[in-house]
Amino acid sequence: MSSKEGGFRKRKHDSFPHGQRREEKDSINFSSSIMTSFKMFQLELDTRHDKYERLVKLSRDITIESKRTIFLLHRISSASNVEEILTESEVKLDLVRQKIKQVAQELMGEDMHQYHRAISPGLQEYVEAVSFQYFIKTRSLISLEDINKQLIFTEDIKEEERKPSSDSPNKENNTWNIKVTPVDYLLGVADLTGELMRMCINSVGNGDIDTPFELSQFLCEIYDGFSYIGNTGPYEVSKKLYTLKQSLAKVENACYTLKVRGSEIPKHMLADVFASKTEIIDQDDGLS
Amino acid sequence: MVPGGANLCPGARAMSVSEMFISLQGVLTADQDIREEIRKVVQGLEQTAREILTVLQGVHQGSGFQDIPKKCQKAREHFNTVKIHLASLKTKFPADQYYRFHEHWRFVLQRLVFLAAFVVYLETETLVTREAVTEILGIEADREKGFHLDIEDYLSGVLTLASELSRLAVNSVTSGDYSRPLRISVFINELDSGFRLLNLKNDSLRKRYDGLKYDVKKIEEVVYDLSIRGLSKTATGGAGEEK
Repeated sequence: MSSKEGGFRKRKHDSFPHGQRREEKDSINFSSSIMTSFKMFQLELDTRHDKYERLVKLSRDITIESKRTIFLLHRISSASNVEEILTESEVKLDLVRQKIKQVAQELMGEDMHQYHRAISPGLQEYVEAVSFQYFIKTRSLISLEDINKQLIFTEDIKEEERKPSSDSPNKENNTWNIKVTPVDYLLGVADLTGELMRMCINSVGNGDIDTPFELSQFLCEIYDGFSYIGNTGPYEVSKKLYTLKQSLAKVENACYTLKVRGSEIPKHMLADVFASKTEIIDQDDGLS
Repeated sequence: MVPGGANLCPGARAMSVSEMFISLQGVLTADQDIREEIRKVVQGLEQTAREILTVLQGVHQGSGFQDIPKKCQKAREHFNTVKIHLASLKTKFPADQYYRFHEHWRFVLQRLVFLAAFVVYLETETLVTREAVTEILGIEADREKGFHLDIEDYLSGVLTLASELSRLAVNSVTSGDYSRPLRISVFINELDSGFRLLNLKNDSLRKRYDGLKYDVKKIEEVVYDLSIRGLSKTATGGAGEEK
């Protein structure tokens, strides 16, 4: 404790005359034009960094909540709990959208791309969650337009009063919107395929024989889509293509086994067969 | 195009998966085209920037000190070409997507800020303001008004100026101009104090700022050498006393 304090004191001692020396030496006028403009720069940079940090924090929250929603959706076992879980996930996603609304408010009047790196991970996770829920509901892929449509927020008085940081009351238009970029959408959809693969294996384990085939079909369409884009997209997209291929292979193999063994084994025993199959696949997953 | 899957939920599906990907591909291709156009203009800018630099490099040679005004004049003529290039760059992408393509011209813009700051320093021995740079380059000062100069790019350009000036201090001694290093010293020290006011994040600007102290040190050494030999007739600020 005392040594730590000593170290601190020493440093302070070292730096203090140093600063004083400079002031004396250069006889710097702290109201000179250079100093005044740098004070303004300080203000501008600090404002920008603060905003960035706030956005990173929001993005983290969005990521965490979206992940939880995905876990929740995985609990669907094609039994009677479907409706219940879907409603619950809708509530969760609404909470996520409230966070995204805050992001939109932060970005009001700013160039979205300037802060894109701060919020991109959160948006991708949100796309993954929302498209997963959409798939479970409708068995199809949500479009970028539909996602963006949900991210238009209109004025809500109660929300307004709760947030002291917002300066929007004096703004005339009371809508905020944020647009998911095509690249974020693609990356989110690529992540979605991983979730679909898990869902496929799970449903096999549950003895559901139809879902795997639907998923295989759907994944195949997405894979075709990504192949069509190929390397026109940015680097991250082509990177995901490899993982996507692996997911697709797993699902196709599951369907294959189901077809071959399905005709041999009585239906009530299928669950046992695939319960063991799931373990093998999971082990493979862990190794790779 | 999409068999099977589409039948699972008729009506709810407005667009098939492949249609979606086709439209996304269109967006990505359009994006690439814009980037290609920007790259072409930026190449032209880089060329002009190199030409300006060559003109200004003349001041480091012995004879160069006499006709600094002439060199500055010539450099300013080149800046007219820069204006034309930047004006055409503005037309290559939507005005509200500046930061989306920022990386493409970031480097060259910093270089141009440095060159403009150098010219202004040689002419008036003051630090160019951000507004003055935007005027020289023919761009806007505020983000709201269109193609503007990002503050970090401006500061980076100013830091490049500092290292150029530390070199100029050395060379001006070689060519017998003993008063210039003292003036540069005052200027750089003021810049240094200015940068101390900023709270920089751990990014590229911070990395470049970390180099500023070496420029300051270099100039202090030059001033020291001059003062112990009595070559600086006026003991300006007593900077030579240090070290």
